[in-house]
Amino acid sequence: MTELALVRRDGDVRHHILSVLVENKAGVLARVAGLFSRRGFNIFSLAVAPTDDDRFSRITIVVDVESAPLEQVIQQLDKLINVVSISQLAPEAAVERELLLATVAVDATRRGEVIELVGVCRGEVVNVGPDQLTVMLADTPDTVDDFERLLAGYKIVELQRTGRVALPKLGRSGDPG
Amino acid sequence: MKLTGAQALIKSLETQGVEVMFGLPGGAILPVYDPILDSSIRHVLVRHEQGAGHMAEGYAMVTGRPGVAMVTSGPGATNIVTPLSNAYMDSTPLVVISGQVATSAIGTDAFQECDITGVTMGITKHNWLIKRAEDIPQTVAAAFHVATTGRPGPVLIDLPKDISNTEMEWYWPETLADLDLPGYHPRTAGDPSSIAAAAALMLRAERPVLYVGGGVLKSRGAAALLELAERTGFPVVTTLMARGAFPDSHPLCLGMPGMHGNYTAVTAMQRADLLVALGSRFDDRVTGKVDAFAPGAKVIHVDIDPAEIGKVRVPEVGIVGDCRLVTEELLVALEGAGLSHGDHAGAVEAGTPGRPGTPAADRPSIEGWWAQVRAWQKEFPLYYDQGDEAAVKPQMVVETLRDLSPVDTVVVSGVGQHQMWASQYWRFDYPYTWVNSGGAGTMGFAVPAAIGAKVGRPDKTVWAIDGDGCFQMTAQELVTASAERIPVKIAILNNAYLGMVRQWQEMFYAERYSEVYLSPDLPDYVKWAEAMGCVGIRAETPEEVAPAIEKANSIDDRPVVVDFRTDAFEKVFPMVPAGGSNDAIVVHPDQANARSAR
Repeated sequence: MTELALVRRDGDVRHHILSVLVENKAGVLARVAGLFSRRGFNIFSLAVAPTDDDRFSRITIVVDVESAPLEQVIQQLDKLINVVSISQLAPEAAVERELLLATVAVDATRRGEVIELVGVCRGEVVNVGPDQLTVMLADTPDTVDDFERLLAGYKIVELQRTGRVALPKLGRSGDPG
Repeated sequence: MKLTGAQALIKSLETQGVEVMFGLPGGAILPVYDPILDSSIRHVLVRHEQGAGHMAEGYAMVTGRPGVAMVTSGPGATNIVTPLSNAYMDSTPLVVISGQVATSAIGTDAFQECDITGVTMGITKHNWLIKRAEDIPQTVAAAFHVATTGRPGPVLIDLPKDISNTEMEWYWPETLADLDLPGYHPRTAGDPSSIAAAAALMLRAERPVLYVGGGVLKSRGAAALLELAERTGFPVVTTLMARGAFPDSHPLCLGMPGMHGNYTAVTAMQRADLLVALGSRFDDRVTGKVDAFAPGAKVIHVDIDPAEIGKVRVPEVGIVGDCRLVTEELLVALEGAGLSHGDHAGAVEAGTPGRPGTPAADRPSIEGWWAQVRAWQKEFPLYYDQGDEAAVKPQMVVETLRDLSPVDTVVVSGVGQHQMWASQYWRFDYPYTWVNSGGAGTMGFAVPAAIGAKVGRPDKTVWAIDGDGCFQMTAQELVTASAERIPVKIAILNNAYLGMVRQWQEMFYAERYSEVYLSPDLPDYVKWAEAMGCVGIRAETPEEVAPAIEKANSIDDRPVVVDFRTDAFEKVFPMVPAGGSNDAIVVHPDQANARSAR
């Protein structure tokens, strides 16, 4: 068993990332979600998307491991016939990204502040209205957390996060092994 | 060769070797019922779809072959949900085919539409909704493969009516690669280093117990288990799902553990320093309060389902694999360590097996352990007192039935007091002679499961030991049995109550009996049996018990129902109160009094 993948979120170490390769068939997401619900496992976030091979999709699940031991979650998931493989990703061995979209109520006098903040954080303004801005940031979950806290200083009308996706980090050329 | 989807389905079942299926037709499955007329497969027409499911289970449990059932959409499919759940809990291989409304109507709330793949997702090993006729052979082959390999279990194939009517070019998938199951790779052979570690633990044990579960039967591992037990001299307990996996009359057998297990089996596990769990899953009815279960025991856990290892109790050595294969691998490892077969047979015969094999200097003796086990057996055997009471004790019925029936009789039970008495007082000396609903606890299981068992083993006497409450849930299937000439025998232990619930209300709810009284003669079981084409017999006194059984055993051309009027106040002992520690086992009051009198 590899080292547990601990996700730090506000100093919280209750979460683990599982990257689950599944068959791209009808009902697979329902099978995964149903398993979590009937076994009493809690999901912190879940992202699904097709892979480059159209037979498979990848589900990235951030699991609350206080609800069940990680090993048990993995073994139960692995029993699903449509689950092809499961890998755990330790944060130090993974690149993780998450996307945030937020609409902020801001009048013309403070609009510049928000635009500056978005620029500093390497986000983007994706839509502008007379007294609202929609902004976007795609970055590591920690950075997205920070950005969300900074936005909280303004009136947030709506905010959505995608949940994280992750892939293993690549070795540097010349790395042993 | 062009076939319709319906013809392809039946041909797939035939190719898969199916000899019999249990079912009931309806609108959405109608196309598939037409080619059944031309098929070699025997179809048993049930009176309720739940019966079809339990029959398929009974058939599978005695033959080891997958049970097959077919139902229509909507209510036909939901009626078989309970058997699917039951088979899932007890790892019984089942292939259920349900009709579905036409693909164009799916999602429109069409007549008799039900999202049965959604409903059964959590209670099947896998299920499929077929959307193209050309997928039928592949899906059927995959379904049988999934149902019967790894940890066996039920699967469901949902077949829309228009797909049944669509033509396809017949083929049969020849290899596993053709089944399109990229995520399914059950492991069967144990990890060698874990096997070695397990053997080392076994050789050091002073108070070992082989904790045998249903996985030993599923893996056809009874012979390997016998060898392992005799070679090690370890005591064996067989769980409710494993009765018959090891002979009850063998001197190493301690019988059933658990909530209503016998005192010795329960207590030996509690005091053990090593539990070798073979295909058992630390069910709450076995462990009692988990934190207090076998506190001094190291655990070796062998199971084909990786998710069972560490689910309830974290083992010192976990081995994922087929129970028979792993047991054989353990035997090789033990042999390497000097435990050979044969030199302890005399001790086993004498009932005092010591440690067989070449006695290594550092190998502890288990003779002291056996002395303790024998002392428990002597003080707390299974006990009831018929005395000269007028009321028939249910345990006496089971014992008389056992003594007057062939030794390899298949015994089937429902769920409740009668089930515990059957498991306790029958003597199971052969594998696959005990059929019951363990994990799910499905009342009404016995009658249809007995019918399925008799279809699977027509050469054997099949007795269902049922309760009056259970019998009323599925008795209508005796019409099926009469019509199809399936001569099962049903012993109703009629105590006029939902007996197990009554027992709990007596013991834990201050004798406040709420909704448990049923009446001994409403319905009149003899008349009801006769109305269904069976022979009905009644036994009301202890003297009438044996003649009633002899009469029933003499009838082999139709089903027989015997209404045994039994003592309503008899309780199942021993009992570990729910949620309590196994140390708090409650024995029969007479035994408790005898102990305190000393």
